Amino acid sequence: MIRFENVQKRYPGGHEALSGISFGLERGEMAFLTGPSGAGKSTLLKLVALIERPTRGTVLVNNQNTARISRRRVPSFRQRIGVVFQDHKLLYDRTVFDNVALPLVIAGMKPRETGRRVRAALDQVGLLDREANAPITLSTGEQQRIGIARAVASRPDVVIADEPTGNLDPALSLEIMRLFERFNEVGVTLLIATHDLDLLNRLAHRRIELEGGRLSRDSGG
Amino acid sequence: MIARYFRLHVQTLGAALGRIGGTPIGATLNVLVVAIALALPAAMQVLIANANNMSPAFADAADFTMYLQEDVGEDQGRALSTSIAQRSDVKSTNFVSKLEGLADLRTRTGFGGALDALTENPLPHVIQVRPASNTIENIDVLADALVELEETDFVQLDRLWVERLNAILMLGGRTVDIITVLLAAAVILVIGNTIRLEINNRRIEIEVLKLVGATDGFIRRPFLYTGFCLGGIGAIAAALMIGTGLLLLSGPVRNLAGLYAADFSLRGLSLEGLGILIGGGALLGWTGALIAATRHLRAIEPA
Repeated sequence: MIRFENVQKRYPGGHEALSGISFGLERGEMAFLTGPSGAGKSTLLKLVALIERPTRGTVLVNNQNTARISRRRVPSFRQRIGVVFQDHKLLYDRTVFDNVALPLVIAGMKPRETGRRVRAALDQVGLLDREANAPITLSTGEQQRIGIARAVASRPDVVIADEPTGNLDPALSLEIMRLFERFNEVGVTLLIATHDLDLLNRLAHRRIELEGGRLSRDSGG
Repeated sequence: MIARYFRLHVQTLGAALGRIGGTPIGATLNVLVVAIALALPAAMQVLIANANNMSPAFADAADFTMYLQEDVGEDQGRALSTSIAQRSDVKSTNFVSKLEGLADLRTRTGFGGALDALTENPLPHVIQVRPASNTIENIDVLADALVELEETDFVQLDRLWVERLNAILMLGGRTVDIITVLLAAAVILVIGNTIRLEINNRRIEIEVLKLVGATDGFIRRPFLYTGFCLGGIGAIAAALMIGTGLLLLSGPVRNLAGLYAADFSLRGLSLEGLGILIGGGALLGWTGALIAATRHLRAIEPA
């Protein structure tokens, strides 16, 4: 599903965020991307979402070489992957419903189908009764669940998450991870970046560890 | 596919109007600036149209007179007048017989006594010609053709006056054209700047939209609608300004016309003019938004 082949990313100015990264993530797999801050976790996820392009090497997503995706075709590529952020990146001038509906509206889905999918996604994250609320009225944990609902509403094959529990206490963090596990059970491929080792020790999934931009340990694949 | 496209546009138009309504003071100021920039050239067009209408002398400025040979009889002259009126480059003709000419001269000049002393009428028959076109070239061609006729003695054409009038009208028209172009550019710049600020204010939203796979076209659309609406509403406000101005002028104008015993009243924007004003305003707004959005949206990328 996701395949990195000898990937290097050097930012303008010379900082080398990633070097010699090679790994593969099968369809339906769930893996954690770990390592200390600055190890290159965010950069790696950005390469998957085509927010950044690799300096060298190949990134394949869904058997598609991302180097061959032109600027114009990036939007349709992104419509097929779900992204969850540490700071949720919700739009605070719209309701919960409209936030979750955003990727569906962008894809041009009919209103009835959009409503159905939005409610299904909200139901999965346990916030169906909040669809008319403003995101600001929800707790941080609930906002993150809205962010996850938005990422899965269009039923993408891949979901990537960058420190999705970074602002949450341990109990809420575990709850979010259990939520990701449920999506994984229905076949979604997940790559989740986190540096929360206590949390990881309670979950048995593959770990891909980065250190100083290099792959230091990979427990599977 | 078409239904989807249509639905997106209707949604976006509603959102654009809602957003304009969401910032009433800023939106009002923008609309007023656009309205004034549009009202100035439109008002000038209205005034020029009224000036043309006010002076019927302008219409007959190109008229000229052809004097017929002395041996041409009245019936022959009338027939000639009718046949000249058939020409495509002639709007109308008026035959003035030598008797009518003499009577006219008598009443207008008070030379009655002197004219009585004449044993015979010294005046020739005359045909007054009103050309179909006001341009000096066309009038010259027509006059040359009429001189060639064997019945014609000579043609009196006040060429200089026609040239001057054309020059004045051309100058006025050109001036209004230049002002129109400058103010249209001003409308594009004002709306482009408004959209630029709006894009900066909504930077985070635009980043999120790009992250979830929105195309540049999708993100740009609401800004285009905002520009379109600002321009259109500004044009409607401009039309109201012109209407109010004409209403304020109509009293004094009627008073002045009364003093000159002239039958004249101000005319407002024609329906066609109104359509051009509002359509043009909306188009300018859309153009300004398109330029600004295309330039600035590219620069915003999620990081």
